[in-house]
Amino acid sequence: MQRYTSTAVLLHWLIALLVIAGFSMGLVMTDIPGITPTKLKYYSWHKWIGVTVLALAVLRLLWRARHAPPPYPASMQGWEKSAAHGLHALLYVLIFAVPLSGYFYTLAAGVPVVYLGLFQLPVLIEPNPALKPVLKQVHFWLTMLLAGSVAVHVAAALKHQFIDRDGVFKRMLP
Amino acid sequence: MTLHRSLLLVSLLAVTLYAAAAPLKTDVAHSSVAAVFKQMNVPVESRFKKFNAQIDYDPARPDAAKASVEIDTASLDLGEPEMNREVAKKEWFNSAQFPKASFVSTGIRAAGPGKLNVSGKLSIKGKSADVSFPLTVKAEAGKQVFEGALPIRRLAYNVGEGEWKDTSMVADEVVIKFRVIAAQ
Repeated sequence: MQRYTSTAVLLHWLIALLVIAGFSMGLVMTDIPGITPTKLKYYSWHKWIGVTVLALAVLRLLWRARHAPPPYPASMQGWEKSAAHGLHALLYVLIFAVPLSGYFYTLAAGVPVVYLGLFQLPVLIEPNPALKPVLKQVHFWLTMLLAGSVAVHVAAALKHQFIDRDGVFKRMLP
Repeated sequence: MTLHRSLLLVSLLAVTLYAAAAPLKTDVAHSSVAAVFKQMNVPVESRFKKFNAQIDYDPARPDAAKASVEIDTASLDLGEPEMNREVAKKEWFNSAQFPKASFVSTGIRAAGPGKLNVSGKLSIKGKSADVSFPLTVKAEAGKQVFEGALPIRRLAYNVGEGEWKDTSMVADEVVIKFRVIAAQ
């Protein structure tokens, strides 16, 4: 069965690992009561991870535009192909939307992102106390949608591997 | 007639002198005092919501000027209620014991048109130090606008104790930026 290109595989797993790391860090940091140096550190790391995901998402979209993914196996039903295609599109949207919503949330809070503590990234909007709680909710719910989508994506991959045994999962293995 | 004129002159002079010696009225609503610092290299600017400034300034006699500022340490607004509560705690400003930070000028010297050099005593969290900084003054719509920035080291005033002494988290240097508007 035709595999994904090694670049696509690399980008897939890098983004997967960073999304899991950013998500876990987001859960842990928002659970720390009060303000501690550790909490502030995690917030910074969380933002750096998000910015990295966004940059990789751009690369991935560019790569995808020039390299058609391998076709779905003929054994898949029409609705399964549509569902898979729809979920992949949603995942693509979310690896942009989740970091972007976080980025604008921190800008609205008046805290610019200094990537890796080295480069200040563009301040695209002024601090906005009215927008801040809205963007916080948007960031949270987009994140929850991403978590749900990833869960379905993983479940589908495992179904291909252990139930359908059609080799789809192996196409994306490193 | 002569007596009347002299009296008038004397009273006019007295009024003028009194006016020159009277402190300006600070327009607190349009003034601002902010702390600018870096948190993991991220520039943060936050304002003190409550402060008071008394400025005695006559453009004709800048060297006779006097200034004093009092700031409510618990009023620093970092944009999150949780953070605002944190800075009032013992490790930071210890606002329960030291509710006010203050600056009192000891000498003000003219340093060119619209420029003053100010020296004075800055007291934060029970620690005082001599500081000096330049400021600019300009007249705007009949009011005097005083603007300047005073860089200090927070650890010299014990602001940020324990684990907050770590300057890689919150930098030692803090710039106190102010813009005070006052009128007769």
